[in-house]
Amino acid sequence: MHELSIAMNIVEIVEEHSGGPDGKKISAVEIEIGDQSGVIIEALQFALEEAVKSSVMENARIMIKRIPAKCKCLSCGHEFVPEDIITPCPECGHLYADVIQGREMKIRKISFSE
Amino acid sequence: MCGTCGCGQDDGIKITRPGEEQEHEHIHTHEHDHGGEKHSHAHTHTHSHENGHEHHHHHDHGHGDHHHHDHDKELILEQDILSKNNLLAERNRGYFEGRKIKAINLVSSPGSGKTTLLEKTITDMKDELDFSIIEGDQQTLNDAERIKATGAPVVQVNTGSGCHLDASMVNRALKELEPADESVLVIENVGNLVCPSMFDLGEAHRVVVISVTEGDDKPVKYPDMFRTSNICIINKTDLLPYVDFDVEKAKEYALRVNHHLEFFELSAKTGDGTSAWYDWLKKL
Repeated sequence: MHELSIAMNIVEIVEEHSGGPDGKKISAVEIEIGDQSGVIIEALQFALEEAVKSSVMENARIMIKRIPAKCKCLSCGHEFVPEDIITPCPECGHLYADVIQGREMKIRKISFSE
Repeated sequence: MCGTCGCGQDDGIKITRPGEEQEHEHIHTHEHDHGGEKHSHAHTHTHSHENGHEHHHHHDHGHGDHHHHDHDKELILEQDILSKNNLLAERNRGYFEGRKIKAINLVSSPGSGKTTLLEKTITDMKDELDFSIIEGDQQTLNDAERIKATGAPVVQVNTGSGCHLDASMVNRALKELEPADESVLVIENVGNLVCPSMFDLGEAHRVVVISVTEGDDKPVKYPDMFRTSNICIINKTDLLPYVDFDVEKAKEYALRVNHHLEFFELSAKTGDGTSAWYDWLKKL
């Protein structure tokens, strides 16, 4: 949910780093969205199409990198990609694990054309 | 910015102390004026990396890579998209710590019994703890009025069409409420088990409430909220004889989503089980 609000935040952050409409031209923006961030990538893409209009990002190439979820078993330390919300450790079957990856929601980098 | 649709108008958020209502309505209009129609399309590409990758925290603000051939200048940003909310949440957190205020973000589906639990808690504990309350709802002062009747200081945040509280709303509410030093501040979030999970308010503890009428698989259906909370209250235990709710199963599901959770099983209506919850509050 809130993909439009998130898209607007992305445009705002990129604009802050561009020096405004008279500043450098943005050629590309790379975004990372984790599987467990709560953001649906397709919805974010759709929202971005609207949000970038008349902004410094209007003609930028937008790349959304999906970060898969990763868990670490509390018992044996094995790291694995969970199949479901609650997946037992495939190594030892323990039921409890820490989420070590997958909650990302960030702008990784901005590229400026010369 | 409107938290629902993202438009840049004045946000339509109202902060009210019960008994000091405004005489005129604040109307929030949705005029999507994005400066002319242009038919350009952003090109989006999705990359998925099955093995993921490590995170390198480059906090290079303003030091891009310079490649003097075909590549564009790059600025490695690594900036969280919700950084604006998170920074304000940290300011709230600092405010709380400086005044020794114990801040709790109380979250749940609508109707799980948050307000009733607060009424009971404040009434039973008022001689031992100072409470200050921020109420969050789309509309009405109903919940703030109920809290006011207990004697605790309270302000109501009305989000209009918004579905969650954010750090900015809490920041504004605090300026109105001026909670006492060392008080227990409870922020009763908008009833919603999805959206509030994404928004740090600056709280020290996040308490998720589920009631026994909601089904014991609630934690796996709404994992984000359980993952981001540290306390889980199972409420309305007085209704257990009438519903198919397996308390142990619910706790098991919740622990598998977040093994750090601590549980309290109680009835805000009868008071059964509340002493453990009160003990936890006293130790904050």
